[in-house]
Amino acid sequence: MEKNTPSENWPLWEVFIRTRQGLDHKHAGSLHAADAQMAMENARDVYTRRNEGISIWVVESIHIHASAPDEAGSFFDPANDKVYRYPTFYNLPDELKNI
Amino acid sequence: MLPAEKIFEDKIAREVRIEPKDWMPEDYRKLLIRQMSQHAHSEIVGMLPEGNWITRAPSLRRKATLIAKVQDEAGHGLYLYSATETLGITREETIDQLHSGKAKYSSIFNYPTLTWADIGAIGWLVDGAAIMNQVPLCRASFGPYARAMVRICKEESFHQRQGFEILLTLSRGSEAQKHMCQDAINRWWWPSVMMFGPPDDASPNNQKSMQWKIKRFSNDELRQKFIDVCADQVRVLDMKLPDDKMKWNEETQHYEFGEINWTEFWSVVNGNGPCNKERLDARKKAHADGTWVREAAAAYADKKNHSSHIQ
Repeated sequence: MEKNTPSENWPLWEVFIRTRQGLDHKHAGSLHAADAQMAMENARDVYTRRNEGISIWVVESIHIHASAPDEAGSFFDPANDKVYRYPTFYNLPDELKNI
Repeated sequence: MLPAEKIFEDKIAREVRIEPKDWMPEDYRKLLIRQMSQHAHSEIVGMLPEGNWITRAPSLRRKATLIAKVQDEAGHGLYLYSATETLGITREETIDQLHSGKAKYSSIFNYPTLTWADIGAIGWLVDGAAIMNQVPLCRASFGPYARAMVRICKEESFHQRQGFEILLTLSRGSEAQKHMCQDAINRWWWPSVMMFGPPDDASPNNQKSMQWKIKRFSNDELRQKFIDVCADQVRVLDMKLPDDKMKWNEETQHYEFGEINWTEFWSVVNGNGPCNKERLDARKKAHADGTWVREAAAAYADKKNHSSHIQ
């Protein structure tokens, strides 16, 4: 078996697909490709063989920065004690309509 | 127990999916890499026995279908390789493990496709067994695996239906076609039954895998389910499953079945099936023959990057 040279290892790309007009692009999966054009064409062949998409985004995985799961507790903590951000926090009489 | 381990076990207990960056026990990671890469390799090697018949499919309709099916298998392999990579193993390592024989693929693909009816039998029985296995994996505890399985299961259903349609057509044809149909069923039945893996008491990974909710049903449970379904379906074909001992048990509400030849199973797993060498050689050759394409694409990407920086 020949050894892979570094340049032979194509970078990883993340694929995002818009399934219908009016919807967000949603993460579909990932693939390896030498460049953006190849990533786009491979994404079409792999993730939209049955009309699952009308638009594709591809982005090299190294460009994605993710929040750390270990720190999720403290990171999302600021939202935990702010019940007043929800409409149900406010006590209003039942006879009040259309609000 | 470490706090991280407690969090992990708690998530498993509460049916919360584990994601790649979450802490997980090394054994969980290893078990997943083993199972998922083996699954990916099976999709890729699985293209070979069917690819054998693309040029000889009996009609344009059958040919287009078979191409689409084989293309799906390539896609399924890719979904699974990508999901496996999230566990920290590179694509190259995974593929090297297949080529070196360290990683296995489903033994079923070490049997030859001798007649066109085999393509029907593979669709009905082999894909049928695969679906039986895969549907519960859509709820596997590892997120990327479960998501890949959802996509695969959606696509797999046509594979089984087209296979049954091939057999149905043959079963309503001439005497020779009927014979061909029964012959394919005879050859593919027992290897398909073995696809669920060794019996529960001889499968060390089974228990771990169920405990961590990767698998939801044991090998034997899934096998019984498959046999029950097929025993009914085969009547539509007016064919027989090659098992004299098969009979309905009113008490258990399941079909009883004959002895499985585990000696054959282990022999094929250990490399002595009819096509083990041929399949692995074909994979290695395809990989080696594709080297220049991978290199050329990488060189072209480098060149474009370089020139865009100068401009």
